[in-house]
Amino acid sequence: MPFRVRERHPTLPGFGLTLGITVSYLGAMVILPLAAFTTFLASGTGWSTLWEPRVWSAIRLSLGSALAAAMVDAVLGFVVAWVLVRYTFPGRGFLDALVDLPFALPTAVSGIALTTLFAPGSWLGAITEQWGFSLAYTRWGILIAMVYIGLPFVVRTLQPAIADLPSDWEEAAASLGAGPIVTFWRVTFPSLRPALLTGMSLAFARAVGEYGSIIFIAGNLPHRTEIAPLLIVIKLEQYDYHGAAVIAAIMLLASLGILVTINALHNWQLRWQEGSVA
Amino acid sequence: MKQSLRCLSLAPSRSTSPTNGFTAASAEPSHPYAGLTQSSPVGILLRLGLILTTLLILGVFLVLPLVVVFAEAFRQGWHVYCAAISNPEALAAVRLSLSVTALCVAINTAFGLSAAWCLSKYRFFGRNALISLIDLPLSISPVVVGLLLILVYGQHGWLGAILERWGVRVIFAFPGIVLATAFVTLPLVVREVKTLMETEGSEEEEAARLLGANGWQIFYHVTLPKIRWALLYGVILCTARSLGEFGAVSVVSGHIRGFTVTLPLYVELLYNEYQFSAAFAVASLLTGVGLVTLVVKTVWQHRINRKLNRGQDCLFEEASFPCASK
Repeated sequence: MPFRVRERHPTLPGFGLTLGITVSYLGAMVILPLAAFTTFLASGTGWSTLWEPRVWSAIRLSLGSALAAAMVDAVLGFVVAWVLVRYTFPGRGFLDALVDLPFALPTAVSGIALTTLFAPGSWLGAITEQWGFSLAYTRWGILIAMVYIGLPFVVRTLQPAIADLPSDWEEAAASLGAGPIVTFWRVTFPSLRPALLTGMSLAFARAVGEYGSIIFIAGNLPHRTEIAPLLIVIKLEQYDYHGAAVIAAIMLLASLGILVTINALHNWQLRWQEGSVA
Repeated sequence: MKQSLRCLSLAPSRSTSPTNGFTAASAEPSHPYAGLTQSSPVGILLRLGLILTTLLILGVFLVLPLVVVFAEAFRQGWHVYCAAISNPEALAAVRLSLSVTALCVAINTAFGLSAAWCLSKYRFFGRNALISLIDLPLSISPVVVGLLLILVYGQHGWLGAILERWGVRVIFAFPGIVLATAFVTLPLVVREVKTLMETEGSEEEEAARLLGANGWQIFYHVTLPKIRWALLYGVILCTARSLGEFGAVSVVSGHIRGFTVTLPLYVELLYNEYQFSAAFAVASLLTGVGLVTLVVKTVWQHRINRKLNRGQDCLFEEASFPCASK
């Protein structure tokens, strides 16, 4: 194949210049801070921060709520993606474009909008108040904000997977006598599972680190509704850099774990799809 | 055969363009699933139920927050709205946000173009590591980004003491805000441009090279026209994110009123002072920028879908005559 050779011996100019710019910018912007962070962690004491009950409960709250939010997103996102791909109805194009809103809106704006929406006495908050409970300023508020911020990840990873489903499989299942429910559960759903998992892990990773859209609706009571990113900010304001770095390290490890998982899932999905095509 | 397999796997690997081709699939009335569910009354009920559920989910999570922003902004009338966005502090925030954004977009566009060129035109050792490094800022919490910058440029940081001696202050000042924003928006331009450069290939560039064009001529006359829409979309994404970045900037800004308070920080400040109408008035400006991004994204998606579909047709034609390529 001729282009194999061309890729190994590039004839286009500019390799040295562009590589130089790329490496030095990434070095200054990404590698330098990460190196400073690692040496700071390695030199530091600060690991005792982990045993403070306040820190422990914040980390547990962040990871737990993010997991719950990813699961809620999986259910809601599945319905939304399915309907947007499979059905036509007036306003579908508009809704489809709107799915990206949580990406496009600044997090602080989302935060105050969601808080006003669910706060006692206003908008939806007034309705839930009549029923005797409030969503804002509780752990439910944190969950709502995390679901909001993660929803587009699930929808956007599922949409192409649903659109690319080989339709002859469903036909085959139907012609062999399977009802719609069996067809969905045994044929359609398993082939969408990799995409669903990828979307969920993206939503989880985003929710763990999310700050702006959560702090307004969370209430921020220590031990109860204080998320890990907020605790990092509080530690930084108290000049407790070691404590902040340790919490950040835990969150970075969680993100890294998610990144590795996503890559593994993605490879699995690609291999699976290539297998299905062949 | 191998080639046709490659173009089949092209669609799922482009997970960033979710709308790719599905309008055609769903408009097709003879789809087995649609037929299966439409035929029975249960199917029609299910279909209606699912559509209503979707409307409910998207209504509560996406439409209502939008409505809240504008309704609350105009709750006390035009005068309060205008006063809120035209007072000196608000104008200072707008000025700061715009200058930070201009700088970040310029830096990240220059970096994005050279990184995309480097990563899509050549294969070399460490290429995948660079790609991972570029994606890294997307998976780091904004608050942690702020912490990282403090560890480098803070008073006790690696470079903080040296810079202080030269009289340059980074943390709690303008440079810190720019660095935080640039870090967060680093991948946006590269990703868009690199993806398109890879799909477009390098044949035309190589032809230009053979005809004697130098590097800049190739880039300006051949590559730039091909990638200009991706570049524009990347720049718009970068602009919107720079204007709206909250967490990372919040950590390194120091919240000095009139000096280091960007637009999102100003929204937070007003909100925490219970000036809700003013907070939402300023927030409505940022929301407007977000909505523009959505419109541009939708237009861009249509464009790339058309292009991809056309590209795939060509590939299929080529693949159906395997003898011709030998």
